[in-house]
Amino acid sequence: MIENITLKDHWREQRTFVARIFVGVVVSILLIGVLVARLVNLQVTNYEHFSALSKGNRVRIEPLPATRGLIYDRNGQIIAQNMPAYQLELTREGVPNLDETLARLVAMELVKEADLGRLTRLIRSRRKFEPVTLMYQMNDEEVARFAVMRQEFPGVDVRARLIRQYPYGGMSSHVVGYVGSMNEADLKRSDPAAYAGTSYSGKLGIERAQEKLLLGQVGYQQNLVNAQGRTLQTIPQQPPLAGEDLISTLDISLQQTAYDALGEHRGAVVAIDPRNGDVLVLASTPAFDPNKFARGLSLSEYNALQNDPGKPLFNRALRGQYPPGSTVKPLIALAGLQQLKESPLRKNFCPGYFTLPNSTHQYRDWKKEGHGQMDMKDAIAESCDVYFYALALELGIDQIHDFLVRFGLGTVTGIDIPGEKPGLIPSREWKKGAFERRQDQSWYPGETVIAGIGQGYMLTTPLQLAQATAAIAAKGKRFRPRLVVGVRDSASGEISELAPEELPPVQLSDPAYWRVIGEAMEEVNHGPRGTGRASAAGATYRYAGKSGTAQVFSVAQDEEYEVEDVPEHLRHHALFVAYAPAENPEIALAVIVEHGGGGSAAAAPVARKVLDAYMLSHRQ
Amino acid sequence: MNEIGDLNRSTSDRTLTLAARLLKRLHLDGPLLVGLLLVCGLGSVVLYSAGGQSLDLIVRQATRLALAMVGMLVIAQVPPNFLRMWAPWLFVAGTALLVVVLVGGDVGKGAQRWLDLRLFRFQPSELMKLGVPMMAAWFLHRRRLPPKLSELLVLAVIIFAPTLLIAKQPDLGTALLISSSGVFVVLLAGLQLRYIFLLGGLAMGGLPLLWHFMHDYQRQRVLTFLNPETDPLGAGYHIIQSKIAIGSGGVFGQGWLNGSQAQLEFLPESSTDFIFAVLGEEFGLMGQLLLILMYMFLVARGLYIASHGQDTFSRLLAGSIALTFFVYFFVNMGMVTGLLPVVGVPLPLVSYGGTSMVTLMAGFGILMSIQSHRKLLPQ
Repeated sequence: MIENITLKDHWREQRTFVARIFVGVVVSILLIGVLVARLVNLQVTNYEHFSALSKGNRVRIEPLPATRGLIYDRNGQIIAQNMPAYQLELTREGVPNLDETLARLVAMELVKEADLGRLTRLIRSRRKFEPVTLMYQMNDEEVARFAVMRQEFPGVDVRARLIRQYPYGGMSSHVVGYVGSMNEADLKRSDPAAYAGTSYSGKLGIERAQEKLLLGQVGYQQNLVNAQGRTLQTIPQQPPLAGEDLISTLDISLQQTAYDALGEHRGAVVAIDPRNGDVLVLASTPAFDPNKFARGLSLSEYNALQNDPGKPLFNRALRGQYPPGSTVKPLIALAGLQQLKESPLRKNFCPGYFTLPNSTHQYRDWKKEGHGQMDMKDAIAESCDVYFYALALELGIDQIHDFLVRFGLGTVTGIDIPGEKPGLIPSREWKKGAFERRQDQSWYPGETVIAGIGQGYMLTTPLQLAQATAAIAAKGKRFRPRLVVGVRDSASGEISELAPEELPPVQLSDPAYWRVIGEAMEEVNHGPRGTGRASAAGATYRYAGKSGTAQVFSVAQDEEYEVEDVPEHLRHHALFVAYAPAENPEIALAVIVEHGGGGSAAAAPVARKVLDAYMLSHRQ
Repeated sequence: MNEIGDLNRSTSDRTLTLAARLLKRLHLDGPLLVGLLLVCGLGSVVLYSAGGQSLDLIVRQATRLALAMVGMLVIAQVPPNFLRMWAPWLFVAGTALLVVVLVGGDVGKGAQRWLDLRLFRFQPSELMKLGVPMMAAWFLHRRRLPPKLSELLVLAVIIFAPTLLIAKQPDLGTALLISSSGVFVVLLAGLQLRYIFLLGGLAMGGLPLLWHFMHDYQRQRVLTFLNPETDPLGAGYHIIQSKIAIGSGGVFGQGWLNGSQAQLEFLPESSTDFIFAVLGEEFGLMGQLLLILMYMFLVARGLYIASHGQDTFSRLLAGSIALTFFVYFFVNMGMVTGLLPVVGVPLPLVSYGGTSMVTLMAGFGILMSIQSHRKLLPQ
């Protein structure tokens, strides 16, 4: 009894251990015996059977990639299609001397000397019967040059492949997107079987968002091969199913108008049909040529795009976050009507500046000498700042926040392409969480004052402004903005349309408030002192609008942007929101021209051009 | 005549003793080292053929092997007492990392196993291949053996908590290896027969539970294993093609680089999990027996070292490492020949891939450390 309390009996343990090891050895040998018996069974007893199966194993299954779906605009114009391209391919097992072959191709200027090292490594890393593409797009002359010498190059061949092509090039690159070679991350995300035989996938915009529909279903064929693996005969098995053709909501010629109107400026235009959320235009400048991505971008080309000071890869319409400036005033006015039951006819005097009680700090109006007596309609038409400083202070920041959020500001709109930024509508609650230091966390009345004219912390994207304007135009009805309206079955040509998705509407206690704001926004363009009257001159239809000028302090609209690099005098962004026609609106838009100066001078003309194009020639 | 003979013998003796002394200095075990090099050599020959005769592949594999060998050398210098002291920390850190991986790990091929450390990606489950047996051996080191029931409960947690975390990733192959490494420690510690039968019965009863926890693709593998012909182009394809490859190899094989199954790509994953089939196709039964002999030699040497271990921790850990190595190659060979379901265990030291190689070599480093740090005792 005593010794079995704590004493460790080392000798006994050692004996047990060795016994157990012995059992382990016996069991292992038995298991190996089973394994060897299995091997003998496979390799000796059934040798004939498996050898025959192996010899008969001469059918290799080869994937047939599906043709990618086309993308049409709303009028049936093709905006993304597939074009045949001649590619130069090399298969290592057919080449007698790789280095010498490549050297001769360099001499024929079919392979660049600089690519030699990379290509050699690529070829050696592949299996010897896998073809490697040396040149992605050969022109006719290059094909001819190779064809003449073809018998000198065993193992090298020209093959016709389909590559993606965007007839409208850069002007719609941000919204349509592009396809590019799949990288490791793409491969991990996707089902390898679905991408057998394809090395491309959608990278941006509609191409990325609708990848599943566009891709189609891969098919298979059986190749009869000889003992060396060379194909002798092909037996079609399952044909590939082409991807779905998509009908986009874009109006590509209106997009062209917007793109041209922005010209050399950096900026964005977003136009939405307020009746259903269809995005007619989503342009961002400067843009880039998506065709270059489709045929393979060299590293230096990519770096050039990446380092371009204009940031062509940056989609300003979706990801650019700008202070809305005075374009927010109609919404603030609506908030005043709804929340404070403010009479639109009450007049406020504008001396050209505004001060908080018990403070001497002057909040200036853009018009130094002041606007004089202003009612709500005048204040919107002439964009009087003092009127809105006072109104904002009366509302308080939390009421402003709650009201603006109902129009979709401060959150992503849910548009059907990825990458959207949420913008920011500040509130007391937000400020508490946003700052590290205690003294930065409390909200100051002065911050409410400038929020009344869309300055300070407030940030919106052009897409959000267009959506909010569409909501005003539709008297509170709201839709999720969308870029894809339907799918066309490539076999039957039948179009199945998707229903627009309605969002919770903005309901006001008196629907007449919408008319007040609508009329005021019409005054902006057609009134005697409206800020947009210069650009609206000569219009054959009536439209509503609001200009805005966003001062950018040190708040960058996105993390990639170096405001400090921009000269001081260029720091104002010009904005304009509008909808037309004023009665029963069909198009609502937002324009931003970065560093364009005043909204009425730089952005309003762009809006007018797009509206003219729509109203005078595109309207169905 | 005699003198010359003596002289000759003493020179060769001297070179031998020189080599032996060098090995002893480096804390390396001669037989293990020779065995490892032989397996890796044969492995490279097969890999060259299986990988489409790409030298690149061989160079990368050799680089990893060299790095793993350096790791082995380093670990061989660490005395077993140190390993024992660090065992709990390794275990705790490894378990914590497993939780991290499950919560926020990188998803590779649909399974969450990787932790991205910027510089390299890291699989915490590899750490646990050594962490679990070390922890179990540490726990039993000072205790009276065989373990009591209450101690067995603690051991069950030590072994099966990490196993479940890994099975959840899901990585059934590694979960199997880790749980068996822990179970071996307990078995070697002298677990009474009645418990062995009880646990065996429980395990049988637990199978339906395991089925419940399995992912669809894992269930599919088991079903396919039971009846491969039901799915000849899907999951059964692996097993069918692998059996054809091995069977058509016959006794002497079709010759190096001549296996049509592997060379014409009928055999999937020929350079990783199914490389044993390439060996069978090109070198036949003889080639496979040769590899099995080499592996068995490594296991035997490991068990020899274990039975000469000087304390409980060393003995249990060494025994577990050697037996787990057996499970490792046996499970792979079993699945490639269609004896066992496909669970995704590579052929150790031969399959292409780096992560498991480091752990394997570290395990052999521990064996070498145990062997070379023995205090001299009168025999």
